[in-house]
Amino acid sequence: MTNTAIIPAHKRDLKNHVGFGTAVKNTFTFTYRALLKVAHNPESLLDVTLMPILFTLMFTYLFGGAISGDITSYLPIIIPGILIQTCVTSCGNAGSQLREDIDKSVFNRFKSMPIARISPLAGVLTADLLRYAIAGAVVFTVGAAIGYRPGFLNVIACIGFMMFVGWCLSWLFAFVALTAKSVSSASIYGMLIMFPLTFLSNAHVPTETMPKAVRYFAEYINPVSKAITAAHEILGNGAISTDFWLALIGSLAIFIVFVPLTLWAYKRNA
Amino acid sequence: MDKIKSEYAVEVAELVKVFDKKKAVDGISFTIRTGTICGLLGPNGAGKTTTINMLATLLKPDAGTAKIFGYDVTKETQKVRQLIGLTGQYATIDESLTAMENLKIFARLLGFSRTDAKRKAEELLEEFSLTEAANRKVSMFSGGMRRRLDLAASLLASPPLIFLDEPTTGLDPRTRAQMWQTIRTLVKNGSTILLTTQYLDEADQLADDIVVINKGKVVAHDTPAGLKRSVSASSLQLTVKNPDCAPKAAQITERVLGGKAQVSEAAEVTIPLADTAKLADVLVKLKEMEIDIAAINVREPSLDEVFFALTGDKKEAV
Repeated sequence: MTNTAIIPAHKRDLKNHVGFGTAVKNTFTFTYRALLKVAHNPESLLDVTLMPILFTLMFTYLFGGAISGDITSYLPIIIPGILIQTCVTSCGNAGSQLREDIDKSVFNRFKSMPIARISPLAGVLTADLLRYAIAGAVVFTVGAAIGYRPGFLNVIACIGFMMFVGWCLSWLFAFVALTAKSVSSASIYGMLIMFPLTFLSNAHVPTETMPKAVRYFAEYINPVSKAITAAHEILGNGAISTDFWLALIGSLAIFIVFVPLTLWAYKRNA
Repeated sequence: MDKIKSEYAVEVAELVKVFDKKKAVDGISFTIRTGTICGLLGPNGAGKTTTINMLATLLKPDAGTAKIFGYDVTKETQKVRQLIGLTGQYATIDESLTAMENLKIFARLLGFSRTDAKRKAEELLEEFSLTEAANRKVSMFSGGMRRRLDLAASLLASPPLIFLDEPTTGLDPRTRAQMWQTIRTLVKNGSTILLTTQYLDEADQLADDIVVINKGKVVAHDTPAGLKRSVSASSLQLTVKNPDCAPKAAQITERVLGGKAQVSEAAEVTIPLADTAKLADVLVKLKEMEIDIAAINVREPSLDEVFFALTGDKKEAV
C-alpha cells in the first residue's frame, strides 16, 4: 500500500450541510448508477417492453370488437389507456425496486457518505424516466403497426406528459414501498394501489356501463382517468383540456406531498 | 469554526439502542485514542454491529452520546460522515456492477471529478491487487476480493477513522493475514480504526485496546495483554463416568484449584487451571472419593473462556 498520510480530522474543513448543487450532482450520479444497472441487466426492461406489447395486442383484439364494434375504432380508446396503465404499473415496480435496492448492504455505505439524503431516491426515480419513455415508444410503435397513427408531435407531447405524471406518481409508490415491512409486501401494496387506479378508470372501457359508484370514481375521482382523458385529447386533436391541467396539478400535488414523506421514510432510522 | 485537536477519535457515553423493546446496546461507554486500533470483541448478537452502525450514522441512538473527533453523531451528522469510512460485515458494494464502476460511483459521490474518480479508482484497485478484476461484476468475486474492494471503497476519501465490521470473517488464513497487514499500514498512515471481531487472536494481533461487549454491555476494556491476564492461562476439563457425580467432582476441583467450576449437561466439569502441577492433586482427590473419570483435557484459553470469565454465562459464548 502507498504511504499517503491521512489528513487529521482537526485540519479538515467540514460542513454540516449539503448544498443544492451537490444534491443535484449526487442525484445524477445515482441516475447514472441506475442506468448502468439497466445496461448490465436489460431484462429489467421487460415490464416496459414486452408487457405493453402484450397488453396492447391482448386488449385490442379481446375487447375491440365488443366495445367499439371494430378494432380500428377501439384503438383511440385503448392506446392512451394502455400508455397510462403501463406508466402507472412501471411506477409501482419502481417503488418496490427502489425498496429492494435500499435494503441491500451497499446502501449502508451510501447512508454513511456525506451526500444529499434525497439523492439516492431522486436518482433512481429519475432513471425511471427512461423506462417511461421506452414504454411510450413501444406502445405507440405497436399501435402504429395495428393501425393507430396520430401525429408525430402529438405522440411526443403525450409521451412527455406521461413521463411527467409517472415521475411524480413514482414518489407515492416509493413512499409506500419504503414504509412496507419487506420488499414482497411493498410490491403487494403497490399492486393494491395500482390495480384499482388503472382498472377502475376509462383505460379499457367507456365508463357509461359501470355501476354508479364505480362510474363516479372512474370519472371524477380517479386521477388516472384524468391523465388518460388528457392523453386521449392530446393524441386526438392536440387539445390541452381541463383534464390535462387536473392531471398535471394532481401529479404535482402528489410530488409535493410525497417527496418529504418519502425522505422521512428513508431517514427514519438515522 | 472551532477546530480543536481531538485526543479521541471516538468517545461513546452511555449509548443505548432498543429494537422491539429489546436493548441491543445497553449503555455502552468507551473511548478510542486517535491513531490507534480498537477491537470491539463479542459473540454474535452482542451489539457490535449496532454500535458501529450508530457511530457510522446509520442508526440513531435512543439514548447516550457518541462523538467522532469531537463531533456529535446526531447533531453534526454530515461532518461525521466526512471523517469516516465504513466497511460493513456484508460487503457494502454493488453486486450487479463491476469493481471499477463501484469505485467510480463512490468517488463521484465524494466530489471527485470524472477523471480524478477514474484515476483514484485505478490506484486503489492496483493497491488491493484487483486490477485484473476491475471490469468484472462483483457478484463473481470471491469473499476475499469483496472484502478488499469494500475496504478500497472506504479509503477513497482517505478518512481519518475507519470502521471495519468483522473484516476477516469467512476469509482463508492467507487473505486474513493480508487484511491484517493492510490494516496496520492504514494506522501507520495516521488512521484510527475500530474493528469488530469474534476472534480473540485477531484482536490480539491488531488492537491496541480491546472492548469486550456482551448482551449490549461493556464487560471489559483493556489492552490485549491485560485481557489475557484476566482470563486464566488454561483450563481443566473432565468428564465423569457417572453423571450424578459431576457436582461432587466440581466441588473437589474447586477445593483443590480454588476457582469456580462449571458443570455442563454432558457431565463435563470445566475449571480454570492456573498451576498445572495441581492437576495430580485433583486426580488423587477424585480417586479417594471414588469418582471415575471418562475423559480429561487441559485446554488453552479460547474466546469461550474469555466470555465465560467475563460474563459468567457459558451458553452465550460463541
